[in-house]
Amino acid sequence: MREFDYRRAYDVAGAVALLDADPDTRFLGGGTNLVDLMKTGVERPARLIDIRELPLDRIEVTAGGGLRIGATVTNGDLAAHPEVRRRYPALAQAVLAGASGQLRNMATVGGNLLQRTRCGYFTDVSQPCNKRVPGSGCPAVAGEHRNHAILGASDHCVAVHPSDMAVALTAFDAVVHYETADGPGELPLADFYLPVGDTPHRETALPAGALITGVTLPPAPVAAGSRYRKVRERASYAFAIGSLAAALDIRDGIVRDARLAFGAVASRPWRATAAERVLTGAPTGPETYAAAADAELAAARPLPRNGYKVDLIRNLTVTVLTELAEEAAR
Amino acid sequence: MSTVTTTTSVPTPSVGTGHTRVEGRDKVTGAARYAAEVPFAGLAHGWLVLSTIARGRIRALDTEPVLAMPGVLAVLDHRNAPHLNTDYAGLLGKPDPTCAVFQHDRVPHFGWPVALVVAETPEQAREAAEALVVHYEEEPHDVELTSDHPDCRPLDGHMPAVTEKGDLDARLASSAFVVDVEYSTPEEHHNPMEPHAATARWDDGRLEVTDSNQGVTWVAGELQNLFSLDPASVRVRSEHVGGGFGSKGVRAHQVAAVMAATMLQRPVRVALTRRQMFTLTGHRSPTIQRVRLGADADGRLRALEHRSVSRTSTFHDFVEPSAGAARVMYDADAHHTANNVVPLDVPTPTWMRAPGEAPGSFALEAAFDELAEKCGIDPIELRLRNEPEAGPVSGLPFVGRNVAACFREGARRFGWADRDSRPGVRREGRWLLGTGTAAASFPAGSAPSTATATAHPDGTFTIRISAADIGTGARTALALIAADALQVSPERIRVRIGDSDFGPAMIAGGSMGTRSWSWAVKEAAGELRERLALGADLPAQGLTVRSDTTEAVGALGPAERHSYGAQFAEVAVDVTTGEVRVRRMLGIFAAGRIVNPLTARNQLLGGMVWGISMALHEEAARDRASGGVVGADLAGYHVATHADVPRIEADWIEDTDPDDPVGIKGIGEIGTVGAAAAVANAVWHATGVRHRSLPIRPDRVLTAAAGAPDA
Repeated sequence: MREFDYRRAYDVAGAVALLDADPDTRFLGGGTNLVDLMKTGVERPARLIDIRELPLDRIEVTAGGGLRIGATVTNGDLAAHPEVRRRYPALAQAVLAGASGQLRNMATVGGNLLQRTRCGYFTDVSQPCNKRVPGSGCPAVAGEHRNHAILGASDHCVAVHPSDMAVALTAFDAVVHYETADGPGELPLADFYLPVGDTPHRETALPAGALITGVTLPPAPVAAGSRYRKVRERASYAFAIGSLAAALDIRDGIVRDARLAFGAVASRPWRATAAERVLTGAPTGPETYAAAADAELAAARPLPRNGYKVDLIRNLTVTVLTELAEEAAR
Repeated sequence: MSTVTTTTSVPTPSVGTGHTRVEGRDKVTGAARYAAEVPFAGLAHGWLVLSTIARGRIRALDTEPVLAMPGVLAVLDHRNAPHLNTDYAGLLGKPDPTCAVFQHDRVPHFGWPVALVVAETPEQAREAAEALVVHYEEEPHDVELTSDHPDCRPLDGHMPAVTEKGDLDARLASSAFVVDVEYSTPEEHHNPMEPHAATARWDDGRLEVTDSNQGVTWVAGELQNLFSLDPASVRVRSEHVGGGFGSKGVRAHQVAAVMAATMLQRPVRVALTRRQMFTLTGHRSPTIQRVRLGADADGRLRALEHRSVSRTSTFHDFVEPSAGAARVMYDADAHHTANNVVPLDVPTPTWMRAPGEAPGSFALEAAFDELAEKCGIDPIELRLRNEPEAGPVSGLPFVGRNVAACFREGARRFGWADRDSRPGVRREGRWLLGTGTAAASFPAGSAPSTATATAHPDGTFTIRISAADIGTGARTALALIAADALQVSPERIRVRIGDSDFGPAMIAGGSMGTRSWSWAVKEAAGELRERLALGADLPAQGLTVRSDTTEAVGALGPAERHSYGAQFAEVAVDVTTGEVRVRRMLGIFAAGRIVNPLTARNQLLGGMVWGISMALHEEAARDRASGGVVGADLAGYHVATHADVPRIEADWIEDTDPDDPVGIKGIGEIGTVGAAAAVANAVWHATGVRHRSLPIRPDRVLTAAAGAPDA
């Protein structure tokens, strides 16, 4: 592997200054993805700035009942936090559905948002990949794409985003906060990940030189009854082949508010806004849930070997929303 | 000089009682050193450069800039590597040329070794290896296995390719029930926890190799032949092995390390990455298997055909003999079996976890389940009605065929009698539930081995044998065998293994290791005890007795010798998500005398877990465009996790091999056989859908649920 320089930052301003907007430098959080990619040569930074010591490891309840989650909070601490479990159970469930206990103890919230796709062509430097080497091509389109995107992809890249956590955060309108040399900024998670288009190597709207400092979740009483369901090829320690974060506010048999996001279907966590529109104001029941899923999945463009994901997401939507409605009725 | 007598009172026999691994403490505390952890002064590190094309020729290698990189000592490729001799037959036949690295400019598969970069540190070697530019002349490749491939041909492996008796078509035509189905299994990789690694060095005219392998004298013999060395000048050691599963023989890394150590005259280590293991250490070929069964109204087989197609490389023959299982398990008036191969531009497959029997039993035992459904006969009853009297193909008598007893005990403990045979009728929440069963068999054999037993004046004993403990607990088992032969407690026995200087012995493979070694250890230790009992002198350096079982093993008459088992599985299937989860599993085995129940149970359970993996998870995705495996790591290649392994039990019935001095048959592979079929049969029972392609993935379950009746 390439030799690299290693520095440790102790405050946010120092970390941003050390990065100096150098494209050859990376922040190191838990390293659960970056270090793997460095070993395989996918990432070859000249310098790492370790941000584990930054004072960004707190979870706080905001005025109004939202949450502010520091960027270096570990996945393990996030999933275990009582306020997370109480206010956004889908978020805790999503985090616990990912990785293993050891990895969750290392992985951080900021790093989780920035983790790279596990597409087998992206992670193998002997293969072409437009995300890794722009313009080299995407072998997944005609190759192994059973776990690739059905929504929002392009001929240039059909990889999916691997995060479970980000799916739940997306459902609840999370906002990403960052710091640059020019001062702080923020991005709604909905705008954080860029459309694939013909630039799959450009993954986020984070400005050059920015350090993610945290994520805020606006108050969302509906989230208190939320749920995350993940489907994978084995019972644990695998990325999703389809997942769903959902919350319903039901009054008098009518859906008043709905939050729905899908995972493992696109290059980003997929907020199902079309489905939410169908749900909102509609009577509860499997027909409504199926119609909502269909409204969202109308845009699906499955590849020859991943069409099953359309059925999977549709079935998951109906099942999970039915469960949520039944629990609300109790 | 002094004389000692063994204790007058004979201690309780050790064989048959549970003992923890003698090296267990060293392993869990990190004191045990694996091959890549043994320190050497002046060690240099080699890194293999693998081809990025699947077929063609090396035009040029730009070695000059690489040689100028920090720490780089040498680059070996086909232009400067020493000549190797490949015209010999080793313990397991002619060598796979994959291990004979850098002999020509041809590239016969993706990931073929084209160069070795040697540097002072592994990081420098890797960085330089990744910087080496290789120019290829690329040719079109073919990596796709089809059963109607024009190059498909029968191939003998360790058994004849084809056996045929009776008129198959006539018997099928006159059968009351016929099953005619095709099954497929994917490319699978061994993936032991410990990657392959070897250090080679010359020490006073002797080649010393510190390795992780399944047979030190085997690997030493291959290296001696490849490098045309005097047999006495090669020593291979392999003290601890973190799993092998058939992949740890002679491979590119040992040969490359020897080349570099010879060229640089200093110790050189070559360790493989997980990704490199996917092209350099062998794998199990995918299979396409057609099974045709014809039965009378009462379920008696009249016709059986099992034809398997697997693939081999274009430069070396290896056949996955999936059709072999039927030659042991079931008889019929018309009985046809055939193992075929298609040579493709892929690495040569090799022995892996019950070669032949693992994929073969999936097809055969799943077809039997389909026949049971057609006949309306309970799957166990159908098998019991078809128990053969003698070897269906060989006509030879069976030595201890305990299939029926396994099924009876298994059925009792699993609660089979209460089973409702109808598929798709049990539901628990979102899960459909089902149970399935399958039979298992694996050859039991013994191979010549030598051992020494030494008595020391302090009352302890040392056993030396070039055995391999690849995680099975062989070292511990041999201590128990020796203890009983010497009539002492096992604490007085030291067992030293994994050193080719101890003399020839069987490899850890073919479920034959412990049996073959035990025979030699029992002979040596037994004779030592007799000599001590006769009052032999015991010099300070100890009294040593040597055994060689070549003659005794060779005297074994021909017979059908096998271990058997009955596998049971209960699964839950969510057809709306495609998730399949095994809920419980039971395997009952008749596998000869069990030496150490603690490690034996562990090994049988391990085999069953691999069966779960085979049924539901394991699959290497070979990319048609590049010819390589996509996702060649443990994130892309799934094996069962703890959460996938539910309530699982392995047990055995009284069984012994009358022709073995200890009564052992061998338990290395039987645990895997039939396990995938039991799971697949349970999935049918849960859902009513036959899944004939492994692994039974969520997308396959979903697609089947959405339309096609059979997947």
